[in-house]
Amino acid sequence: MATPGLGLEITELRLGLPCMGVKSAEKKRAFWEIGVEENGSSSTISTDENNKKSTDTKCYTKSSANQGVVGWPPVCSYRRKNSFNGRENGSKTYVKVSMDGAPILRKIDLGSFTEYSHLTMALQKLFHCFDHKNAGEKLKDTENNEYVTIYEDKDGDWMLVGDVPWEMFTESCKRLRIMKNADAKGIGLHV
Amino acid sequence: MCLYNVMNYFPEEVLELVFNLLTTHRDRNAVSLVCKSWYSVERFSRERVFIGNCYAISPERMIGRFPRVRSLTLKGKPHFADFNLVPPDWGGFVFPWIEAMVKSGVNLEELKLKRMVVSDDSLELLARSFVNFKSLVLVSCEGFSTDGLAAIASNCRHLRELDLQENEVEDHRGQWLSCFPESCTSLVSLNFACLRGEVNLSALERLVARCRNLSSLKLNHAVPVDALQKILVQAPQLQELGAGSYVHDPDSETCKKLKNTIQNCTSIRSLSGFLEVAPRCLPAVYPVCANLTSLNLSYAPGIYSKDLIKLIRHCRKLQRLWILDYIGDKGLGVVASSCKELQELRVFPSDLHGAGNTAVTEEGLVAISSGCRKLNSLLYFCQQMTNAALITVAKNCPNFIRFRLCTLNPTIPDPVTMQPLDEGFGAIVQSSKGLKRLSLSGLLTDKVFLYIGMYAEQLEMLSVAFAGGSDKGMVYVLNGCKKLKKLEIRDSPFGNMALLADMGKYETMRSLWMSSCEVTLGACKTLAKKMPNLNVEIINETEQMDANSDESQKVEKMYLYRTLVGARSDAPEFVWTL
Repeated sequence: MATPGLGLEITELRLGLPCMGVKSAEKKRAFWEIGVEENGSSSTISTDENNKKSTDTKCYTKSSANQGVVGWPPVCSYRRKNSFNGRENGSKTYVKVSMDGAPILRKIDLGSFTEYSHLTMALQKLFHCFDHKNAGEKLKDTENNEYVTIYEDKDGDWMLVGDVPWEMFTESCKRLRIMKNADAKGIGLHV
Repeated sequence: MCLYNVMNYFPEEVLELVFNLLTTHRDRNAVSLVCKSWYSVERFSRERVFIGNCYAISPERMIGRFPRVRSLTLKGKPHFADFNLVPPDWGGFVFPWIEAMVKSGVNLEELKLKRMVVSDDSLELLARSFVNFKSLVLVSCEGFSTDGLAAIASNCRHLRELDLQENEVEDHRGQWLSCFPESCTSLVSLNFACLRGEVNLSALERLVARCRNLSSLKLNHAVPVDALQKILVQAPQLQELGAGSYVHDPDSETCKKLKNTIQNCTSIRSLSGFLEVAPRCLPAVYPVCANLTSLNLSYAPGIYSKDLIKLIRHCRKLQRLWILDYIGDKGLGVVASSCKELQELRVFPSDLHGAGNTAVTEEGLVAISSGCRKLNSLLYFCQQMTNAALITVAKNCPNFIRFRLCTLNPTIPDPVTMQPLDEGFGAIVQSSKGLKRLSLSGLLTDKVFLYIGMYAEQLEMLSVAFAGGSDKGMVYVLNGCKKLKKLEIRDSPFGNMALLADMGKYETMRSLWMSSCEVTLGACKTLAKKMPNLNVEIINETEQMDANSDESQKVEKMYLYRTLVGARSDAPEFVWTL
């Protein structure tokens, strides 16, 4: 929160119309504020170059204004469920796992593992697919495995699991796919 | 001999022929009101029946009036059910309709349902009973599984169309698609994009191969790219394609084959899907972009601005575009300069929590209005909007039929002037004289409703949320909009005075929804008592309202609609019809 006297009040995030002075915090809750969470410690101000407007305008464009309002924005529930996969906020990092030939997808929480070998073992349990001889080897070693594991990153690219450090992987992984090695060969995966 | 005498001797067969030239339900309804003999001729010759509210009439009465019905369209739940404002199990069951038609020996060929509950039993009964059944279109429905689809596939010998749009379908891992017999060659349109489960890919390929008239095919995410390629080889005549999974390595054999195959599909005019997509693979579709009139990438995750822009630059003939707000204001500028034929634009939010970095603003909309002068239908989710922008848009595009604006913050004012958006929306209704549908958002006072009442003469549907200052707002609309059919209001300060100001008005409308407003139980009771042709439903989830409740208590949700058959018998416990 802005320290009084430094003139930073103008950048302070709060509910209600901007430029109404401190009094706005005391005014009676406007109709639309019902159901909205007060969120003093909001996310940081966007510095997107699109936002050429004054900083005033930023205080009510933040998510605090409409978290918790049922049915807003009015996006139909089918679209809500099917458009926003993997974008859930929060600590749980559940991602979908699909395997070629298996009709049912699974979900695993990447946050519950700390390294790649844990992930391999979990996937084995879910799909009973991996060549068990190679259970201990790194996922990168594709030549001997019948399957190879790839993931979709934030940019929408499909990447081989195992190249980057674990933390970097969990941050950027949106979903996993266990692909037949035969299909992967065409993609040019080399150890 | 005056015209009146001539008309009296007009043989009925001729009248029937003339009526068959009428294409809209409205015209048919109008001619049926002229005189008794026209009513009679019309009702026996009507084959296409549209029922906007399934509870306005009973199946038996519909069949009684239109015994030759072949094509039926039914709508069930109120529109706000899309946004979780209507509890599940509210109603909208199609089974009684199918059952009644079976009993009466109706020769049903087409059924189109929106927001209805469709059970597997309904689908099975439908499939087994109507030998000439040709077309099933389900939009935003629920209650069925792939078992029901299997019944349709197995039994409907002349099926031309199976179109599933945005339904909640339980997947039972059955092989529903394999149930289409080898003898089935009649499919023209197949859309199963909303299904979550796998389909038998070789069965799909064979089905496509033998249906030489297939012109619309929309796949689900479980159909990978190599299968897509094989399918397209079999169906170069396709006009509408919904890709499922579109993930492949641009350098692979599959991709090269796909590029060549797509080049052969010279009839493709509509693209959608891309439910999983690797953006670097998109160039494979560039060959068809030049002739595309419709592009829906609103379910395609992860296509960011630069890839979208590259794609859209190729689509010079686009008339309809549905995208996510990843496109950004700059991207919309590219649309404006590339797509001069654009008529319909929908920009959906990619981030529902409004963190706002990728959202579009008023700038994008102004750019579009300036470049796409034929724009007549808009759905725009945006970070913010200004009056100046709306006034410019109104000037540039005076042909809006549908105008739906949704600011991610529902009561955001004009960020430049801090004023409500009354003037902006006022400009829109004043300039687009043919406006039929309007959705408002942003900070709004009673003034916007004054403008709507004054200018929106053709308005049929109005959606209001978090707007207005007093009862006057709602009264302006009820008084001014003579053609109003549907009014839905949430979280706005309209109360009893507005509700009861013109009770007769509701008989000229299909329905009124009011939730989280200022309306009390007492007023609803008064309305229900005075207007026996209305069902006034009180929907209570949290607080049980009953005969003992205090009449001054505010009603959470009220849904009223005109009806010829009184209170419905299938209402759940939490719905109280006054």
